[in-house]
Amino acid sequence: MDELEKRMLKEVAELDSLPVGAFNIRSNGASEARNSTANIQIESRESGDGINVYFKDGTKNESCHIPVIISKTGHKECVYNDFFVGSDCDVVIVAGCGISNCGGHDSQHDGIHTFHIGKNSKVKYIEKHYGEGTGTGKRLMNPTTVVYLEEGATMDMDTSQIAGINDTYRITKAELGANATLIMHDKILTNFDQTAKAEITVDLNGDGSVCDIVSRGVAKGESEQDVIIDISGNARCKGHAECDSIIMDKGVIVATPKLKATCVDASLIHEAAIGKIAGEQITKLMTLGLNEQEAEQKIIEGFLR
Amino acid sequence: MLELQNISFHADDKDILKDISLKIDDKFVAITGPNGSGKSTLLKVIMGIITPTSGKVIFDGQDITDLPVNERANLGMSFAFQQPVRFKGLKVKDLLSIAAGKDVSKDCSYLRSVGLCPRDYLNREINDTLSGGEMKRIEIAMAAARGGKLSLFDEPEAGIDLWSFQSLIEVFENLRNITNGNILIISHQERILEIADKIIYLKDGMVDRYDESAKIMDDLNMRRRGGCDCAYGQKGVSCNG
Repeated sequence: MDELEKRMLKEVAELDSLPVGAFNIRSNGASEARNSTANIQIESRESGDGINVYFKDGTKNESCHIPVIISKTGHKECVYNDFFVGSDCDVVIVAGCGISNCGGHDSQHDGIHTFHIGKNSKVKYIEKHYGEGTGTGKRLMNPTTVVYLEEGATMDMDTSQIAGINDTYRITKAELGANATLIMHDKILTNFDQTAKAEITVDLNGDGSVCDIVSRGVAKGESEQDVIIDISGNARCKGHAECDSIIMDKGVIVATPKLKATCVDASLIHEAAIGKIAGEQITKLMTLGLNEQEAEQKIIEGFLR
Repeated sequence: MLELQNISFHADDKDILKDISLKIDDKFVAITGPNGSGKSTLLKVIMGIITPTSGKVIFDGQDITDLPVNERANLGMSFAFQQPVRFKGLKVKDLLSIAAGKDVSKDCSYLRSVGLCPRDYLNREINDTLSGGEMKRIEIAMAAARGGKLSLFDEPEAGIDLWSFQSLIEVFENLRNITNGNILIISHQERILEIADKIIYLKDGMVDRYDESAKIMDDLNMRRRGGCDCAYGQKGVSCNG
C-alpha cells in the first residue's frame, strides 16, 4: 500500500496501521489484507464480488474493519458485503470508502451492505465516505445498507459523507422485530455542483421497537441534496425522524419526512428544518476571536459532528 | 482605557443613543437605567456588534470604531449576551476552549466558578437541552475564560431564578477580585450595583448620571425598597422583574 492509500485509509477508517481484530482491506478491487478471528470469520463470496462476515453467538467487545480504497482513475465496482451477527453479540463494524481520483475517468464504488442481526445483539456501525483528487473524473458512491434486526437487537449507525463526492445515492432500509432499536445519525456535506440523494426507510414491525433517525445536511456552493426519511409503524412502536439542514451560497435542499402508521399503538414523530447559519451564532463566535469564515467553519463542524 | 466620543445611534426613526461621551477607567463599572434607555445598544456598540451612526470608540488609545467584532475580541474585549446563543452539535468544552485559547477538557475551573460541575457539563451540547439559567452560567464562564482587558456583560441576572441568583452575585464578586481586566456590566440588581466602583445611569439614550456607586445609589434612592433586589422596586412592592 502506497502513501496515498495509507492516507486514504486514515481518512475513512482512522487507521494508521493494520487494525486489531477482524479486517478486510479492499484496494482497487482486490483484497489487500484480511484477518479473521476465533469469533469473526471473513470469507469471500463465491461470486467474487464481496465478502460474507460471520459473528459467532456471544461475540463481545470485538471489532471488524472493512475499509475500501480506490486510487485508480476509471475504476468502477459494485461490492456486496453481508454480515451475519449471531445472538447476544456486542460488536463494532467500521466500514468506509475513500476515492482519490486524479485522472480523467469517473471512479465509482457501489457498496451493498446487508446486516442480519441476531437476538439481543448490539452493533455499532460506522461508515465514512470521502473523496479527493484534482482530475476531471468524478468520484461517485452509491451505498445501500439493509438492516434486519431480530428481537431485542440494536443497531447504532453513524454514517457520513463529508467531502469530495460528486454524486451519491444513498439507500438505507431497516426492518425491526420486537423490542429492536435502530439509532441512525447520517451526515452529508455537499459543495460546488455535487448532488446527494438519501432515502431512509424504516419498518417498525415488532411490538416495542424503536427508531431514532437524525439526518443533518449542509449544502454549499450550487450543490443539491434530497433527503427522504420514511418510517412505517406497524406495531406498538416509537419512531422519531429529524431532518435538519443548513443551506449556504446557492445550495438547495429538499427534506421529506414521511410517516405511516398501520397500528393504533404506533407513535411516530418527525421534525424538519432548513435554514442558513444564524447570524447571532457567527457574532457569538466572533466575540470569542474567530473571524467570520472560521466561525462558519466551526458551526458546520459542530453541526455535522 | 475605554472612551466613547459623541456616540449616537439612530434606527427605525428613533434616536436610541444621543451623543454619548464617556471615559471609563475603573475596574468594575455598572450601566443601569430604565428599559429602553439604550443600555444594551451601548454595550453592543462598544463590542462592535452594532455600528454607531456617528461618534468614535477608543480603546487603550486606539480608535476601534471600524474594527470588526473578532478584532476587538483579540484586543482583549469579551462579551456575554443577555440571551445566550445555542448551537447544535457544539459542546460546552468546544466554546470554552475557543474562549480560553487552549483545551479546557482537563481544566475546568471556569465552570466551577459559575457553580456548574465540569464533569456534568463539559460534554453537553449547547442546544435546547440546557435551561436558560444553565446557558447564562456557561455564557459567564466563557467571558471569564476569555479574560482580557475588558469584559462586557449584558444583564447577566436576567432569566436567572432566585435560588441561582445568590451564587451569581458571588460569581461577580469573585470575578471582581480575581480579574486583571475591567468589567462593564448592565444590571438592575442592587447587589451588583453595590459592588461597582462607578455607575452609569442611562435615560432616554443619554448619560443622565455617571458617578461613584454609593453616591448614585443614594441620590437616585436605589437602595432596597421593594420586596426584591431590583433597584427599581417601588417602596414595599416587588417589581417582579
